[in-house]
Amino acid sequence: MNEAAPAMLPLAISGLVALSLALAILATVWPRQAHRIGGYGAVVVTASVLTLSALFLAAGPEPESAATRVALGGWEAPLGLMLHLDGLSMTLLVLTAVVGLATSLYSLGYVHDPIERRQFWPLWLWLWAGLNMLLLSGDAFNLYITLEVVSLSAVALVAFTGTAAAVSGAMRYLLVNILGSLSFLMGVVLLFGEHGVLDLVLLEARTEIGPTERMAAVLMTAGLMVKAALFPLHVWLAPAHGSAPAPVSAVLSGLVVTGSFYLILRLWMGPFAPLATPAFGILVGLLGVAALVWGSAQALRAGRLKSIVAYSTVAQFGYLLIAFPLMLVDPEAWKVVVFFAVVHALAKASVFLAAGTLQHAAGHDRVAEMGAILRARGRTVFALGLAGVSLMGLPFTGGFIAKYLLLEAGLGTILAGSLIGVLWVVAIAGGGLLAAGYVLRMVAPAFHHGPRDAGEAVSPWMDWVPLGLAVVAAAAGFAGTLTLHTLTLTPGAP
Amino acid sequence: MNDGGWLLLAILMSSLGPGLAIFFLPERRYGLRTLLNLGGSGTKLLLIGWLLLGVLRGDEYHFSVPLLPGIDFVLAADALSLLFATLSAVLWFVTTVYAIGYLEGSPRRSRFFGFFSLCISATVGIALSGNLITLLIFYELLTLATWPLVVHRGTPAALRAGRLYLAYTLTSGLVLFTAIVWLTLLAGAESFVPGGYLGDLATTHETALKVLFVMLMIGFGVKAALVPLHSWLPIAMVAPAPVSALLHAVAVVKAGAFGIVRVVNDVYGAEVAMELGLAAGLVVVAAITILYGSIQALRTDDLKQRLAFSTVSQVSYIVLGVALAGPLGVIGGLVHLVHQGITKITLFFCAGNFAETLGIHKISELDGVGRRMPLTMLAFTLGALGMIGLPPLAGFVTKWHLGLGALEAQFHWVLAVLVASGLLNAAYFLPPVIRGWLGERRTPWHEHLVEHSGPTRFETHWMLLFPTLFVAALSLLGGLLAGMSLSPLDWVTLIVERDYSIPGFAP
Repeated sequence: MNEAAPAMLPLAISGLVALSLALAILATVWPRQAHRIGGYGAVVVTASVLTLSALFLAAGPEPESAATRVALGGWEAPLGLMLHLDGLSMTLLVLTAVVGLATSLYSLGYVHDPIERRQFWPLWLWLWAGLNMLLLSGDAFNLYITLEVVSLSAVALVAFTGTAAAVSGAMRYLLVNILGSLSFLMGVVLLFGEHGVLDLVLLEARTEIGPTERMAAVLMTAGLMVKAALFPLHVWLAPAHGSAPAPVSAVLSGLVVTGSFYLILRLWMGPFAPLATPAFGILVGLLGVAALVWGSAQALRAGRLKSIVAYSTVAQFGYLLIAFPLMLVDPEAWKVVVFFAVVHALAKASVFLAAGTLQHAAGHDRVAEMGAILRARGRTVFALGLAGVSLMGLPFTGGFIAKYLLLEAGLGTILAGSLIGVLWVVAIAGGGLLAAGYVLRMVAPAFHHGPRDAGEAVSPWMDWVPLGLAVVAAAAGFAGTLTLHTLTLTPGAP
Repeated sequence: MNDGGWLLLAILMSSLGPGLAIFFLPERRYGLRTLLNLGGSGTKLLLIGWLLLGVLRGDEYHFSVPLLPGIDFVLAADALSLLFATLSAVLWFVTTVYAIGYLEGSPRRSRFFGFFSLCISATVGIALSGNLITLLIFYELLTLATWPLVVHRGTPAALRAGRLYLAYTLTSGLVLFTAIVWLTLLAGAESFVPGGYLGDLATTHETALKVLFVMLMIGFGVKAALVPLHSWLPIAMVAPAPVSALLHAVAVVKAGAFGIVRVVNDVYGAEVAMELGLAAGLVVVAAITILYGSIQALRTDDLKQRLAFSTVSQVSYIVLGVALAGPLGVIGGLVHLVHQGITKITLFFCAGNFAETLGIHKISELDGVGRRMPLTMLAFTLGALGMIGLPPLAGFVTKWHLGLGALEAQFHWVLAVLVASGLLNAAYFLPPVIRGWLGERRTPWHEHLVEHSGPTRFETHWMLLFPTLFVAALSLLGGLLAGMSLSPLDWVTLIVERDYSIPGFAP
């Protein structure tokens, strides 16, 4: 164990926040060099997140010594703002860094118009900084602010190409986001009015089950469910994610949605934990099954490549809801949920990036007419297939390990005597088949007999980054032990 | 990780590495691709030979990395894994040579050989798996790697076969997955142990174990083509001949049968399986499959389809032998893993030769082919007689032991099944042989291969002919030299001696 690690942690946390903010501001004031700032900055941010995680793990193995709270400016809560790092935020920070780096490198090839470049990079760097701060925030109001930074830059990113579809998708996205944010903010205000504190740790200590808490829980959760596109509040997702530029779709489906889900998890493991009842759990689980079936059905019917991927996000997030009743039986299962969200984000981002490459080469993304492109672009199809295998939950990928853990938790509920556990197990296992169906729709045309046409040239970044990220998503299968260990370093969690 | 683990890893990598490299090779790099293919399969043969000698000496080989807390990814080598691994490695080498000849000049060979190598890596992984979860990982990997080969031709029929294949194997894979997670929850992620590791669970969780056994059999039974889960196999015969060889002899159906062997012998253990009445159920299913496959084979005129139904029937001999759960039955079943492999691959190579050289696909077109292609026809005859079980060919050794095993286990009716199956085998394998040698061709042959790539020195391309003759010779030697040391029978006897400690037992 490293003696210096706990001492270095607060500095590293503040440093990471400062670094990502500085990059975003720099790119905003110096847009002509924004792509260089972004490209090099992405590498630096990723390196510092990895350093932070090394420090974090070195400071363990006691959860209390690894998890760190930093008072900004020396003001402790409830007066000042606290930065908060624990195993959960660390895991998602690393995820954000990996997907962020891949997206940045991909965008170096994807966004080549000088004007678009000036718009894209500052927005993307703000989004990334917002995510980093969101994951490091420890109080409800700060969470609201960072959530807004993330949402607004995401909306602008959806719209920045300026096409009619993109703008209408962005408008819808904006309205939904505002609705979600307002709902969340109202909940925050209610809690503040009742208890006079915003810090999550302090809130958790003071929460009892009363009407105010219930109301706040409903408002905040509903707001976040809208943002996370959890069934049945998902309708905005497919148009927005499907029409956005590929790197933006990857970030939206991979990180932004996961960020909102992270908040739900945080709140329900913290202040709202006493409110969860078995009946409520079963309701959420049923919503999850519905999401899985409905999202998959839409993905099986969709005519456009990116719509298939977008609907698959709706379906895959169904697993996260199904996990809710499992967590009530076995509280440890929350780690499974996080691991699933991580491997899903990796796989989904790489599928979106691969789809973007194919769309760029073909000039459109109508599945029925893409056969020739698919046949000629084996490398990208391979990436699509490999990440798809992870979505199906088959070996050797991270998806397999996540599916294993989910099934284990599901069977655990059956063995604990819960009959409805059978439904969860069937859904968890059967979801893989549905995923196989829509992944096959994307990949199978590459194997049809027919002409080959590589289409428009794509930059090497766009050719190789999806494959690289897909390999990372597959290699996550070997990161199960490490991730679960990191997650145990979360104080207060079961 | 400890001693010898690197050897197991090297065996896996010897096909995985070249396979991945081949994916990125441009189509025109014929020489380099061939070098990688043959280099990989040659290296694997040597490494497995080394491992074989080590295991014979009684050395332990073990490799493990943690996958999840409490669950390891384990590679290990025992005598049973070596049986399967050696078979796959030898036949892979032969099939690679054959495939290079078969696919000469056709498009997308890099993709083909890439997945081909992935397939064999998965198969050897299955053989070397040290616990159920590792086995599951490689088993699913095999499913995924085989699909692109089944649909390789890209025709609507091939794609339909591919869809059916995936529908069957992925569904059964999920059943298997669920069963394995459940079993791991009950019994822990134990390594395979001869005699099983369930112990006391047999008394406390009897029903759960019965349900789990059925689920496991469904999971493995689809690939092993147990009736009624077999429908994908005859349809998948639209794939190119080397792929059929892979499906039927080297990898896929064998993986299913091997999984069943592992579950019965090393997870449940023969004793528990008999106590719970599970083995008897499996004997019945196997017997039905044996008869049903043979009857279906009689009814088709398509040569490859007949061979496919014959596989359905023959693979169940393996299951039957293991389910009989006595030493002699197990010897018969396990030795058939090898004998069925070399015999069936001979027949598929011959069918491929007929189709490639003369465009023959149906049995009714075989008249007089023995005069045009005598060597291939000779190989076909050896394979067919071996399947029927005529002494001194390989199939006879199997049936002899299976029969003894049935008597030993008091399943007298199984003898009748064996006799009936032998007669049915004769009924569907003798007609093509008789037509080939004694029939007469009136019109000139349609020289398919000569038109495409010019005259050949032998009766067909040498890369098609030599592998065929080699495996035909193997299937002859397997029977003739069954008594020699290191013959399949000898090795299987070693497995049974090591794993079944039955007093006074002498094979």
